[in-house]
Amino acid sequence: MTTPGEILQTSDRREVRARPDRITLEVVIRRFNPERGEDSWWDEFRVECDPLERLVEVLHQIKWYQDGTLAFRRSCAHGICGSDAMLINGRNQLACKVLAQDVAPTVRIEPIRGLPVLKDLIVDLEPFLQGYRSVLPYLINESGEPERERLQSPEERARYDDTTKCILCAACTTSCPVFWGDEGYVGPAAIVNAHRFIFDSRDEAADERMRILSDKTGVFRCRTTFNCTDACPRGIEVTKAIQEVKRAILFERF
Amino acid sequence: MATRARKTRSDYGRPYLGHEGQWSWILHRVTGTAVILFLFVHIVDTALVGWGPEAYDKVVRAYHNPIVHLLELGLVLALLYHALNGLKITLIDFFPRLARHIRPIGRATAALFVLAAIPTAAIMLKQTYDLWRA
Repeated sequence: MTTPGEILQTSDRREVRARPDRITLEVVIRRFNPERGEDSWWDEFRVECDPLERLVEVLHQIKWYQDGTLAFRRSCAHGICGSDAMLINGRNQLACKVLAQDVAPTVRIEPIRGLPVLKDLIVDLEPFLQGYRSVLPYLINESGEPERERLQSPEERARYDDTTKCILCAACTTSCPVFWGDEGYVGPAAIVNAHRFIFDSRDEAADERMRILSDKTGVFRCRTTFNCTDACPRGIEVTKAIQEVKRAILFERF
Repeated sequence: MATRARKTRSDYGRPYLGHEGQWSWILHRVTGTAVILFLFVHIVDTALVGWGPEAYDKVVRAYHNPIVHLLELGLVLALLYHALNGLKITLIDFFPRLARHIRPIGRATAALFVLAAIPTAAIMLKQTYDLWRA
């Protein structure tokens, strides 16, 4: 019988720690219910969990066993769908990529900022998606259908590789101080997705996108605070991508 | 286990724990505002030359006191920060590849600021002291 935390030896003489003890996590959540009034409030919950449990599962524990009225978005729970971006201990993160031990003993969870809160941790993503749609985030090629695939060299593909990773979780856009103050700003995520097509050799609408992004709601609202780069759960160099679009507009349009 | 504890209202306004760039951006705005407020005063006092050298001297002489001198130190530091941080931003604007190295660049900017601020503050504080004694 092993005790939690005890150091054990594997057959190849490596040292491993026995499965850690369970911990009690204090979870402080900003709640909001439009049917209860215009004010939000904080609720505290105590959850006993495995330190390696992900925060989204901790939220499930609360919703399923303590307070069924808690509302939050989640879908795949594996960092791919981008549903559970939240403001966790002051930083935008995906609840499914944060472990209980990373935030123990107390974690404060708020909805992402700069978007209207619908209920608890659920925000209205429409302004975010409007910005996304405004940059024409799809391949545009009017030169007719090719007989074979549209070929692309590895170098041409690498040019926009980083920005293909976006999962539209809104962590970057809602970490941006400019976006908090100005909902008109398209935001980092929209620019990342514009970047993905502007620098795609098969796409022909780069000029149109750069025209849209040179508007006063576009890339030049960016003040390079780098909050977006830090917030991206996919590790996209968001600010770098924005700067590349700015530079392209500067040197190719004017 | 599983106790639902007290409910508390409000507790807003906790800052987002963002990148260093967030704080340098806020400082950039604060120093920018400070400098432009000075510029308004500066334009007015320079324009006083239009009423002759006596009027100008009379007003500018009012600046020769320790408190205004301390404010001037603040102005110099604000300008210094704003200029250096502005150069940092321009650098990232023209060379997006440097975005990857923003943390060391930010630290270098801060170090340059401190290096320039120490002798400036030393000289100006000595002048303030002299003014105060006079």
